[in-house]
Amino acid sequence: MVSQAHSTEIATQTRAIVDSLKWLEGPLLPILHEIQEEFGYVPQESLPVIADALNLSNAEVHGVVTFYHDYRREPAGRHVLKLCQAEACQSMGSEKVADKIKRLLGIGFHETSLDGSVTLEPVYCLGLCACAPAAMLDGEVIGRVDDEAIDEIVAEVRR
Amino acid sequence: MTVKIYIPKDAAALALGAEKVAKAVAAEIAARGLDAQIVRNGTRGMIWLEPLVEVETADGRVGYGPVKAADVPSLFDANFLSGGAHPKALGKVEELPFFAKQTRLTFARCGVIDPLSLDDYRAYGGLRGLEKAVATTPAQIVQTVTDSGLRGRGGAGFPTGIKWKTVHDAVADRKYIVCNADEGDSATFADRMIMEGDPFVLIEGMAIAGIATGATKGFVYIRSEYPHAIATMTRAVEIARRAGILGTTVLGSPNAFDIEIRSGAGAYVCGEETSLLNSLEGKRGVVRAKPPLPAIQGLFGKPTVINNVISLASVPVIMDRGSEFYRDFGMGRSRGTIPVQLAGNVRNGGLFEVAFGITLGELVNEIGGGTASGRPVKAVQVGGPLGAYFPVSLFDTPFDYEAFAGKDGLIGHAGITVFDDTADMLKQARFAMEFCAIESCGKCTPCRIGSTRGVETLDKVAAGIEPQKNLELVADLCNTMKFGSLCALGGFTPYPVMSALTHFPEDFAPRTVAEAAE
Repeated sequence: MVSQAHSTEIATQTRAIVDSLKWLEGPLLPILHEIQEEFGYVPQESLPVIADALNLSNAEVHGVVTFYHDYRREPAGRHVLKLCQAEACQSMGSEKVADKIKRLLGIGFHETSLDGSVTLEPVYCLGLCACAPAAMLDGEVIGRVDDEAIDEIVAEVRR
Repeated sequence: MTVKIYIPKDAAALALGAEKVAKAVAAEIAARGLDAQIVRNGTRGMIWLEPLVEVETADGRVGYGPVKAADVPSLFDANFLSGGAHPKALGKVEELPFFAKQTRLTFARCGVIDPLSLDDYRAYGGLRGLEKAVATTPAQIVQTVTDSGLRGRGGAGFPTGIKWKTVHDAVADRKYIVCNADEGDSATFADRMIMEGDPFVLIEGMAIAGIATGATKGFVYIRSEYPHAIATMTRAVEIARRAGILGTTVLGSPNAFDIEIRSGAGAYVCGEETSLLNSLEGKRGVVRAKPPLPAIQGLFGKPTVINNVISLASVPVIMDRGSEFYRDFGMGRSRGTIPVQLAGNVRNGGLFEVAFGITLGELVNEIGGGTASGRPVKAVQVGGPLGAYFPVSLFDTPFDYEAFAGKDGLIGHAGITVFDDTADMLKQARFAMEFCAIESCGKCTPCRIGSTRGVETLDKVAAGIEPQKNLELVADLCNTMKFGSLCALGGFTPYPVMSALTHFPEDFAPRTVAEAAE
């Protein structure tokens, strides 16, 4: 079966990642980061493999994965757009920026557009507080997000 | 002679287009066949001028900014490589009032040097502190740091030397230095700036801490929202290892010390030291009860120094210039300098390192130039999401740990968010509760549940439902959170809520009447 083959492949790749990092002191977060880097999310199939290799229970690994905002349980869109919604950005109108982008993309926070082009997320501070409001598109930082920048961002994610 | 052109690679400069500017400058240099070299420095901290392009002239470094890629050909036409006149010309960068008024000790090199050049680092006084540290005794280093009066710059303000002494005195087979670079507070970017602009100063500070306490391993826990800082720190550690600054013999001494860079995973609460330690160990970032103190039982149960980036980055200058030199700056029990970060709706946003004692009003109005929108300042939040909102009437408060505590506020990591008169303080109070609900680790009931109840209760106030009764409930809830939470997340969320309520009661008054009259 296709899905079973896929699961086996995930388990094999997970095992390779775990083996390359398990010598670290406190290796779980680095392993999860690497798995997310590899698959784009942390697949359910990876968890028992990690638990087994690190001598943890499945519940412990599940607990860690679900504690941290960064770890996705399903793949994101092709682009990931993060909009800072913390106080410094609020003082410069980040809420209006978010409203406009949500309207243009037709999605809310923590949602992925139906065509899979973009996932929209709030972020609480990018450290760009002196050039607010700030955003991050696929790891690239954008400061002083105005209407022109919003148009560019929307055009970029639709491309 | 090759002319040096400095174009910052700091994330804030990149966010404002520095990469495009650097490409345009490189293209012009090639097209015109000029003898010039681009250096990617950190930022000077004058973010409203970014991208700030500097040229090294016979007369000193002259600046142009904020530069757009489209400005670049005209800069070359104006002969800016010799400091030529141009509408974007700023003159000598170090003579700009915002820069000249500062006391740059911790940030002395930030924005000046190539962050990854050890030659630059040495040329500007780097490694002198570590050289002195390897030549003296651990006890003497601890004494020097204690005498300097340095207090934890992460927000808690605990004396750094005392923390170090506890770890120094602890007996264990392993000890750790952990650098808290989980700078999650809105309005703060000092840690990011120093990691991107002068990473070796943090490495040097951590190595000194290692020698002082007998720790041989250090971790820098950097939040994942800072990919540029992670990349720069990772490169800097590799360079420092190759140069013998880190490794089995630090600067050729018998001391071993190495550093590992770790990335956080998007949990604000991991900025709290005990949850950070749990996170490093690969656990949920849940807060630990104290005692035991991390200095006794910290990372993996071993004695651990856990300090903020700025605390550690301030140690090299203290070791180099002596405790008296550092202690002579400041006021009261707040000694030395503090990198104040001016953020939000402020005209001249950026980082301003200054001795303690400057007033809030001077910082916001004179240094910051008031709001970016040009409207009157209504409130400033000092110390991030857990800091109090201060009205203009408290602008005479001096920047000092005790003075802020006396006004029911805190300095925290020294970030100041400016809000103009369009701010709705009820909304800001609600956000404080909402943020606490999103980021609570879940350990303490007042924080985990109280924050959600706080949002609901403030929503009732906003809707005009029994406002007086509900505001009393909010105050009571804040009291429970303040005294019933283990860490600052639940314990300090009442600061923004209660300060908004105390100083801006008009924003909490029923509004349905006014709307109905329209």
